[in-house]
Amino acid sequence: MKNSKKRILFGEYIVGSGLAAALKLKPKEVVNEVKKSELRGRGGAGFPTGLKWESAAVQKADQKFIICNADEGEPGTFKDRLLLMEHPGKILEGMAIAGYAIGAHHGIIYLRGEYVYLKKGIEERIDHMKATNLLGDKILGKRFNFDVEIRLGAGAYVCGEEFALIESLNGRRGEPRNKPPFPTEKGYLDKPTVVQNVETLCYVPYIIANGAEWFRTHGTMKSTGTKLFSISGDVENPGVYEVELGITVRELLEMVGAKDTKAVQVGGASGICVSEKDFDKPIAFEGLPPGGSIIVFNHSRKMLHVLENFMEFFVEESCGQCTPCREGNYRLLEGVRLLKKGDCTVAYLRDLMELARVMQISSKCGLGQMSPNPFISIIENFKDEILYS
Amino acid sequence: MFECQRNEIQQEVNTIVRKYGRTRNYLLPILQELNRKFSYINNYMIEAVSNALDISPAEVHGVVTFYSFLNETPKGKYIIRLCKTISCDMAGKDRIVRVLEKELGISFGETTKDGLFSLEYTNCIGMCSEGPAMLVNEEVYSKLCPEKVVDILEFYKNGARKRA
Repeated sequence: MKNSKKRILFGEYIVGSGLAAALKLKPKEVVNEVKKSELRGRGGAGFPTGLKWESAAVQKADQKFIICNADEGEPGTFKDRLLLMEHPGKILEGMAIAGYAIGAHHGIIYLRGEYVYLKKGIEERIDHMKATNLLGDKILGKRFNFDVEIRLGAGAYVCGEEFALIESLNGRRGEPRNKPPFPTEKGYLDKPTVVQNVETLCYVPYIIANGAEWFRTHGTMKSTGTKLFSISGDVENPGVYEVELGITVRELLEMVGAKDTKAVQVGGASGICVSEKDFDKPIAFEGLPPGGSIIVFNHSRKMLHVLENFMEFFVEESCGQCTPCREGNYRLLEGVRLLKKGDCTVAYLRDLMELARVMQISSKCGLGQMSPNPFISIIENFKDEILYS
Repeated sequence: MFECQRNEIQQEVNTIVRKYGRTRNYLLPILQELNRKFSYINNYMIEAVSNALDISPAEVHGVVTFYSFLNETPKGKYIIRLCKTISCDMAGKDRIVRVLEKELGISFGETTKDGLFSLEYTNCIGMCSEGPAMLVNEEVYSKLCPEKVVDILEFYKNGARKRA
């Protein structure tokens, strides 16, 4: 743990205290406490967790599911790997609490294929929790059963999208589908399903054990709690840091010892690339994208090379289902290569910018809508370097 | 394909399907086990799985082609997947590319003649703060430098007996 000021996840915790506190409440009270905490999904989209649980809790079904989205594929993000490795107990406890709240007895961890080496450690933790009555039948002597199964992904970034993930679990191609119905109505096996990011689940036991009010003392008005940031690139001390939401880019850069910084990619490949003029903006749900991936570039880096790398990524990872994303990313990459050779006219670049905006509004899922972000932000923020040098 | 090979595949499919049950939602784990066992998934396997689960072979084929870790052609015993995403790229991925290609005598996308190694690129594997990084089958290696890469290759050439 790199942060000297330990906050929530990297702070003190008594194993089982969140789950024990939850089982003393009624399921509805658990949902309300999470709602009051204003916890929002830490995968990037930021959907209010309490609302998600509520909409699954009111569904009538013979089976419901809690899915932990451990398909961390966003370039520059590695905080979930650390949580899966060092704090699997908190994840599992969070899943059990969520299960109790919505009436689910089965949880699935969808672990990306690239992280298969973490599977053994998580399995051991599951066994240990079963042995100590924190998972399995009649948890802590109450009438609540919950078990967890691990399923592996197979190398597809788009499966981090919740519907693509569910399709993958259903034995299909990982293609997002139209909403509604939402997963909380029709998810895994067409049953009500709550999908939460690894980090989101980790906060849940703390919220139940310490109360929503305590949680809200961290962060800003609209972005409560702390957040893990994965910081890499041209910095002295890369790694995972826990800080409060609302921190500015400049404060982050100082914290990790970044010098001579030209640009910062905030929120991963699907986030946006900012230049010095925006370094004082806060990273929060009401500010720069809070996905937690921070990639730092110093003045020796060529922004077109960076952009080409991102666009190659999206061309490969687009599921190919809808045209704006499949064809659009291909055209944007082609444009970047023209720019690199010095063969792209300004008029054509304007066409490409328009295409990028069309992709943002017409793609089917988050991947397609976000994939033009690096293109737009890098061209706009580094126009001088790209066009006139 | 020889009949004995077909029998082997059929037996393997039967065993795996029995383990998971004949339901569609376990298609991916079933394919993953076949892929691990045979290093790839061919049309005969697709047919056997589709018969066992009573779904169209086209559906199974669609799933096989979708996931980059499911192979459609035979691969080496050890698949090396080098991360090419930006943080690893900036940390000196190109140097590792040159070492791997030179030491193994193949280019990325190819398999060595002895069937031991396949070289592939992969997208972000979450080792961004410790790049350059790569996966060898299910193991991860980070902070790579040319010497370290050679040690890792030696380790696998010697039958992976002791940890590099």
